[in-house]
Formats: sequence, C-alpha cells, structure tokens
Amino acid sequence: MVGLEHYLTVAAALFVIGIFGIFLNRKNVIIILMSIELMLLAVNLNLVAFSQHLGDMVGQVFTLFVLTVAAAEAAIGLAILVVFNRNRGTIDVEDVNVMKG
Amino acid sequence: MTVADVAFYAFALVTVASGLMVTLSRNPVHAVLWLILAFIGASGLMVLMGAEFVAMLLLIVYVGAVAVLFLFVVMMLDIDFAALKGQITHAMPLALLVGVVLLLELGLGIGAWVEADGAMSLRDAPAPHGMDNARALGLILYDKYIYLFQAAGLILLVAMIGAIVLTLRHRKDVKRQNVLQQMWRDPAKAMELKDVKPGQGL
Repeated sequence: MVGLEHYLTVAAALFVIGIFGIFLNRKNVIIILMSIELMLLAVNLNLVAFSQHLGDMVGQVFTLFVLTVAAAEAAIGLAILVVFNRNRGTIDVEDVNVMKG
Repeated sequence: MTVADVAFYAFALVTVASGLMVTLSRNPVHAVLWLILAFIGASGLMVLMGAEFVAMLLLIVYVGAVAVLFLFVVMMLDIDFAALKGQITHAMPLALLVGVVLLLELGLGIGAWVEADGAMSLRDAPAPHGMDNARALGLILYDKYIYLFQAAGLILLVAMIGAIVLTLRHRKDVKRQNVLQQMWRDPAKAMELKDVKPGQGL
C-alpha cells in the first residue's frame, strides 16, 4: 500500500535534484531556473500529499498560490534573462556582477 | 500490488528520472522537454492522491505556459551552450556532496516523522465527503481565501507588466508603419496636378 511516506520520498528526491541542478549548472541560468521550478514542484507535491493525508483542503489552496508565484517568477526571470542576453550577448551568470560598485 | 501502486511507482520513476535528466542533459531544449515530462509525472501523482484539480492545473499552467515560455526563450536566444557547460565536471563533486547530504537529512526527517496528537482537530478546512475535488476546492478558495485569491491575481498582473516593461524596446533603426499618419493623410495636399504644355516641360 502506497502511503504518505512514499509521496514524501518522491518529493524529497525531486527537491534534492533541484538543488543538485543549481550547483551543477552554475553558469547556465536557464537550467538554474528550471531547477527552481523542480524544487517548487516538489513543494507542491508535499503540500498535496499532506492535504490528502490530513483530509484538509488548505494544502491544495496553498498549492495554487505556489503555482501562481512559480509562474510569475518564471516569467520575470526569463524576461530578465532576455534583457541580460540582449545587453551582454551571453547568459553566463558569472558575469552578472557588472553592477558591483 | 494493486493497479494504483503500480501507477504510483511508474509515475514516481518518471518524475524523478526526468527531473534528473533536466539537470544532466547537455542540450537545453532536451532539458525543457524533460521538465515537461517531470510535470506530467507529478500531475499523475497528484491524480493518484485525489487532487485532480491541482493536477489539471499543473498540466495547464506548467506544461502549457511555463514550459512553453522556457522553450520559447531557449530557442529565441542565440547562445553558445557548449561554452556554458564547460565547468560541469568541475562542479560535480560539490553538487553530489550537497545533494547526498541533503537527501540523507530529508530521509532522516521522513523516517523519524510522527504526527502530532491534535493534528486532526487543528484542520482548517476538512475535506467534505461525497464532493468532487474541484467543487470542494472552489468552495473554500472563493470563500475563505478570496483575498489571497485576489492577491494571486495581482501578482500575475504585476509579473505580466514587469515582463513587458523589461523586454519592450523601441528600436530607432527600424522603419515602422504609422497607421494613423496614413489615415490622416489628406489627398488634396498630397498630390498636385500640373498642366504641362506640349514640348515645354516643367
């Protein structure tokens, strides 16, 4: 029988994969943004799993808000990426310290 | 094993494997496609948990909007991705160390986890019996959480305006059609008729 712990394990694995991806692809900001999406997906899985385990609908309501913020974050992040690429001709995030005083 | 158990392991395997492929794949377009597969797997897991509405929303919002946005940006930007992935082998030990340590910590947490005694009595909105998921969700989303719902809409509006403001640019070197100028053009002033005498010219 598949229980709460199974879902938590999948979510934990997905979250760790997200962090792993951020450390692995430190130069490619597109992959970093995708890793952040994976981590938010893991959080959503956790919220839904606990919502189902406790029989409480609030977890799923919170999932909707996490989803909203994730979509807004992806849109703004990609817009910044496009502007950065237009100005610098690369998306190497190790060059992003140009604003350093 | 029941059908639901088999489906769980299949979806879990698909989700975790494609999540790993997102971080490891060499081609960013492939990474986006793996990300879409990870979202589909997670959506299947949510259907198995009984949260159909969130699962369908995940498909529509993530696969339909966010992943397509990623794909659009990856294909639009002309980037030499080969130059960006040079350091992957260099960063691998640190990434593995952090990942394994964090996975062990989370495993310890999940293994030692116990539910609080009063957890069931502390529920804010117990799921009603005999009502489908979307209806139950709508009943509390538009009722108890209406201000948060409006705030979520505001966040999306601000994000939309921000993305447009960031990426909009007026290029001076491109000639554009000015429709109003064309419509306001007066034919009487734009053209002049001259009566040219034969053999004389203007």
